[in-house]
Amino acid sequence: MLILECPYCGVMADETDLHGGGEAHLKRYGPGSSDEDFQTYLFHRANPKGVHFERWRHVSGCGKWFHAARNTMTLEVYGTYSAQTYEPPKAIINAVKKKHPEWEGPNMGEAK
Amino acid sequence: MRRYSAFAIAREAARYHQGWERAWASPKPKKKYDVVIVGAGGHGLATAFYLGKNFGITNVAIIEKGWLGGGNTGRNTTIIRSNYLQDPSAAIYEKARSLYETMSQDLNYNVMFSPRGVMMLAQTESEVRGYVRTAHANALQGVTTEFISPQRVKELVPIMNIDGPRYPVLGALWQARAGTARHDAVAWGYARACSDMGMDIIQKCEVTGVRQSGGKVTGVDTTQGQIDCDKLAMLVAGNASHLADMAGFRLPMESVALQALVSEPIKPCIDVVVMANTVHGYMSQSDKGELVIGGGTDGYNNYTQRGSFHHVEETVRALVETFPIISRLKMLRQWGGIVDVTGDRSPIIGKTPLGNCFINCGWGTGGFKSIPGSGWAMAETVAKGEPGALASEFGLDRFTEGRFIDESVAAGVAH
Repeated sequence: MLILECPYCGVMADETDLHGGGEAHLKRYGPGSSDEDFQTYLFHRANPKGVHFERWRHVSGCGKWFHAARNTMTLEVYGTYSAQTYEPPKAIINAVKKKHPEWEGPNMGEAK
Repeated sequence: MRRYSAFAIAREAARYHQGWERAWASPKPKKKYDVVIVGAGGHGLATAFYLGKNFGITNVAIIEKGWLGGGNTGRNTTIIRSNYLQDPSAAIYEKARSLYETMSQDLNYNVMFSPRGVMMLAQTESEVRGYVRTAHANALQGVTTEFISPQRVKELVPIMNIDGPRYPVLGALWQARAGTARHDAVAWGYARACSDMGMDIIQKCEVTGVRQSGGKVTGVDTTQGQIDCDKLAMLVAGNASHLADMAGFRLPMESVALQALVSEPIKPCIDVVVMANTVHGYMSQSDKGELVIGGGTDGYNNYTQRGSFHHVEETVRALVETFPIISRLKMLRQWGGIVDVTGDRSPIIGKTPLGNCFINCGWGTGGFKSIPGSGWAMAETVAKGEPGALASEFGLDRFTEGRFIDESVAAGVAH
């Protein structure tokens, strides 16, 4: 069972207490943006095989949204962090790089 | 290819079964093909089959990273139905269902299609309204379905408890011509027919890169070397995003685990397929007597082909109320597959931002039932370079244009 530490209340919550919210750090586009950008923001997702930054909500706990770095191939969790940020903190990036030196870094919602 | 027949069985019985030939060849890849299809599951093989049968294109390779039919084709609960709400969905799924009816004859391979009927239970008032609406929509689409009463449900499935306290049965959407088929046989039958047409099925050959020049695809790099092609078709279900990433574009989808389980074999007790979407569970009985149970998807991206254990509990807990006789059954096996889910829960068939590269993905939790229809539509798209009538609504551009085929309301989970 997937267990994540809520960065707000410090509880080790298992997945039945949590609700997944999909890819984190999406670059948001609103009125006035191009159709392409708006489509990318609304629908396109990184969906990587490997390191994934994602949103979670501690529904059966403090109710707050937070972020997690997790591996979609191994279900390994690299760490959780506050949602009050536009990009993953250095400590999380370092935790991932320590495990996977060849990792290219977060793909921040930009199409290649 | 030697045809399978009663005579063939008699002939082989008389000579100790020494004369059966391999159902398909396993050649080394050639340097170049007209069409390379990535993914030898049901959809990939069906696309290859109809490319050959309908369009005469047989210089085709179907490459597969694992073994033939070892992905979601071998992991689903084999349900075939076409009672969809939206017109484009009903059209392609009904095409698929009708092709399943004659598939054993078309392929000379027994796929054990069993039109035993599929019943989708309405267990809340809103589901009743939804299914009555779907039944009306199906009448206009030419798909034969009806909304039946709880009493008729009880007649069709005597083991069902229709008066459960939490999940009473208020009626059901009944499609009598829907049913099940032997999932492996569908892949094997198509593979045998494709191999007979001279196509190369190359297993244990993983794509590691997509070659392109001037905005057009020129070939793929694989673990068995470089293979050039004029056209590339990607039909890799849960791994579609991964492959699209190699080709340099993104897809509007996320991959999640969907799981299923089977019980120990018991005497025949249920001869239809029952789906209960409120509780995310569905059940049918296989020819071996096992109850085949499908559950819900996990709530997060995942490529592990396992699935969360608590979803098994949720599914079984709800089904035990509806089918009290299963409460003491032992479950034999549980497994998961990776399904590719789009925002509107409808598939993507069509062109990609890369020239001569076509994609067919996003079938989510309902890919098996659509295999022949999907292959039929995809073959037309690849052969002509433009999607035909069945596929045109399912293009990637629908996300830019906001022209969704919104089945997430009609068939979001058990699909």
